[in-house]
Amino acid sequence: MRQFALSIALIFTAGWSAAFEIENRARFGALDSGQVLRIISTADIRFFEPMIASFLAEYPDTEIDYIVASSTEMMRAIYDEEHAFDLAISSAMDLQTKLANDGKAQRYVSDATQSLPDWAIWNDMLFAFSQEPAAIVVSKEAFGDLPIPKDRHELINLLRQHPDRFRDRVGTYDVRQSGLGYLFATQDTRASDTYWRLTEVFGALEARLYCCSSDMIDAVKTGELLIAYNVLGSYAVNREDRSDFEIILPSDFTTVMLRTAMIPHNAPSQELSAIFVDHLLQRSHGQDAQPLTQSGLDLIQMETSLNRIRIGPGLLVFLDQLKKRAFLSEWESAILQN
Amino acid sequence: MSAPVAHGSIRRRLLLSLLAGAAVLAIVVYFVVQSVARQVAQESQDNVLAASALSILDSARYSGQEINVDLPYSALSMLDSISDERVFYAIRLENEFLSGYDELPEADGTVAGVPAFRSATFLEEEVRVASVRRRMSTDIGQSYLQVSVAQTLSGQKQTLARISQTSMGIGAGFFLVSVLLAAIIARSTIRPLDRLTVSVSRRGPKDLRPVAAPVPSEMVPLVASLNSFMRRLKRSLTRSEDFIAEAAHRVRTPLAIVRTKAEIVQRKADNPETRTALREMIHAIDDSSRTAGQLLDHAMVTFRLDHLSQDEISLLRLVQEAVERLRPISEMKEIELHAIGTEDSIIQGDPILLQNALHNLLDNAIKYSPAGARVTVALTRHNDGGEIRITDTGHGFPEAELDRLTDRFARGANAESIVGSGLGLTIVKEVVEAHGGKMYFENMPGGGACVSLHFPLP
Repeated sequence: MRQFALSIALIFTAGWSAAFEIENRARFGALDSGQVLRIISTADIRFFEPMIASFLAEYPDTEIDYIVASSTEMMRAIYDEEHAFDLAISSAMDLQTKLANDGKAQRYVSDATQSLPDWAIWNDMLFAFSQEPAAIVVSKEAFGDLPIPKDRHELINLLRQHPDRFRDRVGTYDVRQSGLGYLFATQDTRASDTYWRLTEVFGALEARLYCCSSDMIDAVKTGELLIAYNVLGSYAVNREDRSDFEIILPSDFTTVMLRTAMIPHNAPSQELSAIFVDHLLQRSHGQDAQPLTQSGLDLIQMETSLNRIRIGPGLLVFLDQLKKRAFLSEWESAILQN
Repeated sequence: MSAPVAHGSIRRRLLLSLLAGAAVLAIVVYFVVQSVARQVAQESQDNVLAASALSILDSARYSGQEINVDLPYSALSMLDSISDERVFYAIRLENEFLSGYDELPEADGTVAGVPAFRSATFLEEEVRVASVRRRMSTDIGQSYLQVSVAQTLSGQKQTLARISQTSMGIGAGFFLVSVLLAAIIARSTIRPLDRLTVSVSRRGPKDLRPVAAPVPSEMVPLVASLNSFMRRLKRSLTRSEDFIAEAAHRVRTPLAIVRTKAEIVQRKADNPETRTALREMIHAIDDSSRTAGQLLDHAMVTFRLDHLSQDEISLLRLVQEAVERLRPISEMKEIELHAIGTEDSIIQGDPILLQNALHNLLDNAIKYSPAGARVTVALTRHNDGGEIRITDTGHGFPEAELDRLTDRFARGANAESIVGSGLGLTIVKEVVEAHGGKMYFENMPGGGACVSLHFPLP
C-alpha cells in the first residue's frame, strides 16, 4: 500500500516536472506516514524551514513536501495546469489575489483567521503571515566614504553625482521576469512619480536586472553590485552576514509586501491544510508570535511611511493585459536605453 | 338556580382580534422594511458598479492604431472598499474581447453612456454585473466600446442579513407595543361591564332598585331592560305579598266565626261522635287560622325588612319582655319558662321584628315541649356580639332535617299533631339575617332542642 502511494506520488511528481518549472524541492517529517501536505511556495527553503520545523514538532506524523517555484511558474501550475496542492504560499500578492478572485482558492474560517487584523485577510481566502518591506541594500565596504541615502531623492542625487562609480553596479528586479519585482514596481508608481525618475537613472547607469532578491544580495556581497533596489529586506536581515550590508527602508515611503497563504480549491488534504494555516497564523500574529522575519527592521516605528500593499481586487489592475503591456513598454523604454 | 353558560369572552375576543391585527401589521412592517432595504442595498451596489465601469470606460483612448485602456487602480479597488468582494471585468470593442474576463456575461443596455445591470452567476458565484458602453472613433469607423464590471454579493448579503435582523427587531418591537396596548384597551373596554356586575352583585337580596350609575351608550339598552325587569319583578313580588296578606286577613275573620259556632254546637251536642267530629273540626280551624296569622306576620316582616329601621335595642329587655308575655301560655301547659343572664348587649334594628322573632321561637319551644318540660332563654355577651340561646327539654329536632328547618312551609316530622304552618322559623331566619346575625340549630346531648341567635354589635 505504501509503495503504491509512493508510486502514485512519483507519477504526480513526474507530471509536474514536465509542465511547470520547479526551482527546489524538499521533504520534511515522517516520510512514510501517508499524511502528506504539499506546499507550493515562492519562499526559499531556508527562509521557510523554521515554520515547517515548528509545525512538525507539534504534528510529527506528517510529511511535508515543499516545492519552490517562481511566482509566475506557480501561477501556471495552479491556474493553467490545475495541479493539486494543499497550500500555496506566495510573495506575489497580485497573483495570489488573482487566484483567489478567480475561484482557485477555497474559503477557510477558524478562530485564527478571525482574529487577524483586517489588512491580513481577504475574503476568508488569503491570509497574510508576514510583512516584508522592499529595501535598498547597500554594500558597506564598497560604499566607502559615500553618504548612505535615506530616501529615493537622496539615492537619485547620489547616482547622478557619481555616475562612473555606479555604472553597471546598480541592480534591481527584472519586472518582466519577477512577479514580486513587478508588484513592487507597480506599487511604487502608485505611491510616487519618483519611481520613473529613478528608473531613468538606472537605465542611464546600465543597471543589471535580476530575477530574485537572494541573487541581488549575493551580488552585493561579492561586490558585483554597490546598490540593490527593491530587495526583500527580510532576506537580507535573515542572513548571517547581514552586518556587511546597510539595509535602508526609504523614509519617503516603504512598500511592504504581505506574504500570503491560501488553500487551493482542489487541495487533496484540506484538513491538514487547515491545521497548517492555523499554525502559520498563530505563530505569525499576536502577542507571542514568532514570525519568520525577525525584526531587525523596525516596521512599527516607521508606521507613517509604511505603504502596506492592500490585498484586494485593486491588485488585479496591473495584471490587466492592456495595463501590463503599457507598463512594461514604458519600463523597458526607461531602463533599456541602449 | 343554574349558573349561566359562558360562551366565549369579550375580553379574550377583543384581545385576540387586536393581537391578530398587530401580528399581521408586524409581519407587513417586517417585509416592507426588508424590501425597501433590499432595494436600497441593490441600488447602492449598482451605483458603485456603474461608477467603476464608467471610470474604466473613461480611461480608454484610441491611439496608434489600437485601443489603450489605462485601467484606473481605483476602478477595481473601490469595489472592495467596504467588504471583501471578488471582482471581475471585461472590456470589449463591439464583439472583440480586449481585456479582463472573457466569459463574463454582460447586461444589455440600449442607450450609450447609461449603465445597465443584471444578476448572473460567474465562476460558480452569484454576481451583479454593470455594463456601460460608449462610441469610439477608430480607423475602421465608429464602434462601441463596452465595459462590464461585476462584483460578488457577500457585502450585500451581509447588509441584507443585518437589515433583516433590524427589521425583525422593528417588527417584534411593534408587536410587543401592540400587545401592551391591546391588553390596556381590552381591560378599559371591559371595565364598565365589570363595574355594573359588581354594583348589581353587591346588592342585598331584596334590593330591586334600578341601576342609576352612568354606563356607556352600548350598555344603555342592557341596563334599561335590566331595570325594567327589576321593576316588574318588584311589582309582581309586592302584588303577590299583598295578595297573600289580603287573603289571609279575609280568611281569618270567617274562620273565627266558624270556630265560635263550632264550639257552641260542640257544647250543645250530646252525641259523642258529633262531639269528636266537631273537636277535630275546631282543631283544623285553629290550624288554618294560625297559618293565616303567620302569613300575615310574614307579610308584615317582609314589608318591615324592606324598610328596616335602626333603633337601639336592648337584648336583655327584649328577652325579659318576651318571657313575660309568654309566661301565661307556658303556665297553662305546665312548662317552666325562665330567663337567665344579666349582661346586656345593645344592637341596632327593628324592635317589632325582633320581638316577633323571639316570640316565634319561644312559642315553638313551648308548643313542641311536653308538659313539665323546661324552656330556658339564656342571654350572653361575647367579644363580637350578643347571643340569645333558647333550650328546651323536649324531643329535640329530627336529626335528618336540621338543614331544611327554615324552608318555607317545612315542618318537622314530629310536628304533625301540633298546630303550625311551618312559616315560623323562616320568619325568624329572615329577621336575624336582616340584622346581620346568624341562627344555629342543634340538639342537646341529653335530649331537647337548642336554637341560638348571634347578633353582631354595631
